Amino acid sequence: MSPTNISRRGLVASAAALGVGAAASPLLFAAQAQAQAKTVTLLNVSYDPTRELYKEINAAFANYWKGKTGEILDIKQSHGGSGKQARSVIDGLQADVVTLALAGDIDEIAARAKLLPPNWQSRLPNNSTPYTSTIVFLVRKGNPWKIKDWPDLVKPGVGVITPNPKTSGGARWSYLAAYDYGRKHGGDAAAKDYITRLYKNVPVLGAGARDATTTFAQRGLGDVLLSWENEAYLTIDEFGPKFDIVYPSSSILAEPPVALLDKNVDRHKTRTQATGYLNFLYSPLAQDIIGKHHFRPREAAAAAKYAASFKPLALVTIDQAFGGWKKASAVHFADGGLFDQIYKPA
Amino acid sequence: MTDQALLPSSPVPGGAAVVRRPRRSRFVEPSILPGFGLSLGFTLVYLGVIVILPLTALALRPWELGLSGVVHALTAPRVAAALRLSFGLSALAALLNAPLGLLLAWTLSRYQFPGRRILDALVDLPFALPTAVAGIALTAIYAPNGPLGSLLAKVGIKAAYSPLGIFIALVFIGLPFVVRSLQPVLQDLDREVEEAAQTLGANSLQRAVMVVLPALAPSLISGVSLAFARAVGEYGSVVFIAGNLPMKTEIAPLLIVIKLEQYDYAGAAAVGLAMVAISFGSLIAINGLQLFLARRGKA
Repeated sequence: MSPTNISRRGLVASAAALGVGAAASPLLFAAQAQAQAKTVTLLNVSYDPTRELYKEINAAFANYWKGKTGEILDIKQSHGGSGKQARSVIDGLQADVVTLALAGDIDEIAARAKLLPPNWQSRLPNNSTPYTSTIVFLVRKGNPWKIKDWPDLVKPGVGVITPNPKTSGGARWSYLAAYDYGRKHGGDAAAKDYITRLYKNVPVLGAGARDATTTFAQRGLGDVLLSWENEAYLTIDEFGPKFDIVYPSSSILAEPPVALLDKNVDRHKTRTQATGYLNFLYSPLAQDIIGKHHFRPREAAAAAKYAASFKPLALVTIDQAFGGWKKASAVHFADGGLFDQIYKPA
Repeated sequence: MTDQALLPSSPVPGGAAVVRRPRRSRFVEPSILPGFGLSLGFTLVYLGVIVILPLTALALRPWELGLSGVVHALTAPRVAAALRLSFGLSALAALLNAPLGLLLAWTLSRYQFPGRRILDALVDLPFALPTAVAGIALTAIYAPNGPLGSLLAKVGIKAAYSPLGIFIALVFIGLPFVVRSLQPVLQDLDREVEEAAQTLGANSLQRAVMVVLPALAPSLISGVSLAFARAVGEYGSVVFIAGNLPMKTEIAPLLIVIKLEQYDYAGAAAVGLAMVAISFGSLIAINGLQLFLARRGKA
């Protein structure tokens, strides 16, 4: 600590000597140096639709942490398509924790950058997912196309907006929910046929969930948006009651996991704070914020409080229906996989 | 032409004198400049670090797939379609910018009218705008619910989220390259030559096609090739307006990004290398054309 203080003082002195600052500025510098000495910075690298959620959680946690330890936390957040975010972390983005859309992306970080052990998912309760979500339909007010369930999406003329599953975590969940519906009604062949017809109705493939929401809500393109449940509510909050949410008969239980990046927190000396942050996500306070932002809380009290906005529907998990992310990725989203086969030259 | 340029300016028949900037004297022997070795050395090192080093890294990366892997990656229908789309639309956009850019440059440098300077500054906007901002603005205008997009939709034309949308974005970003390459040449063009042609009985079309255009051709070609090269690599403004559907509206730079996000670094580098090779080939061809025109001009 002391060398930095000295150099800071040196800086202040030279600034004063140069006559750069006004009389108050050396005081300001000193105050800043004091504050910085106690501020710890955490970086949470997350996916697209959690901006608003983590903004509130970060404020709540910083407040809680200050009361508990007296330490001032500056929690930074970064958002984007889940795959892109994972790649940034692999390429060296100094995240302390990652909170991504799918476990597969964190597996990639573990496998390629070795920033955390392969068994990371068993280190926190509920498979390291403090909340769940699902995929629902957002349609235009009054539901002019009478879209009630998955088969309505492949009617000729219906425009379906969903991002590219290659780059968007939410879009992978949407794709799998649709595939699962198709398979329940006629097996794998029917599912392939259904998926192909579904993506024929997709006029634009955005990069991430936000991208797709903007295309649907702001550019007025398409008749139905395959959306994260929370993003659907958020769109209505944001753009007014121009849309209706439709719950299909079945969907997928999306489990967006969180994880500590061991190598990064050890380098930053932030393991205590980062661990506290992830555990905080399971606390009643954070679970309430989670429910408020239309993610499905794990904790019973919060789940009960917000039960009205979470319509019950048949939900399958990726492990039950697709044998886990690894298998699902290889079959559906890898190069030449089922998704690529949809886009064949005419 | 050079001889004539050295003559003192003479009054134009109309009466107004042509004001000409004094020409800088040329160095007959550039080698008398000191420090040739140093500057050449610096040039080589600088180019090496800034250009050749990253390109070498790019060129080395794909081969971890093996030769057949690279060929396989590049001949996949989706990759071929993306390359076709990127290079085809870039060429079309650059070609459209040739006449339009010429017209703009002509208007801006040959006529005096109120607001000329403002228009002149506007030409640079596509340079200055962050490409994402340009893309979002263009999409907002050409989307089916946008001011221009809704009009086009009425006559059955889909602008945004179609190849046409990509074309519009590429025309937008390419325009300043053509205008800015032409303007200085147009300003320096000797009016006496045109006047001489007129006194020799050339009509205005003949003057434009046989006198002015040959003088402009080299810079027009270089402007068009710059616009083309920029358009091929353009990502930011295009992804917003393109629709990004594989085989239809997916540009090659987007395909590279998608491959990167699937952790397919080698595959992404293969597409990148193919783009560099095709661009380089086209630029050499264009340079050849320029050289040919310059030789013909001398003869």
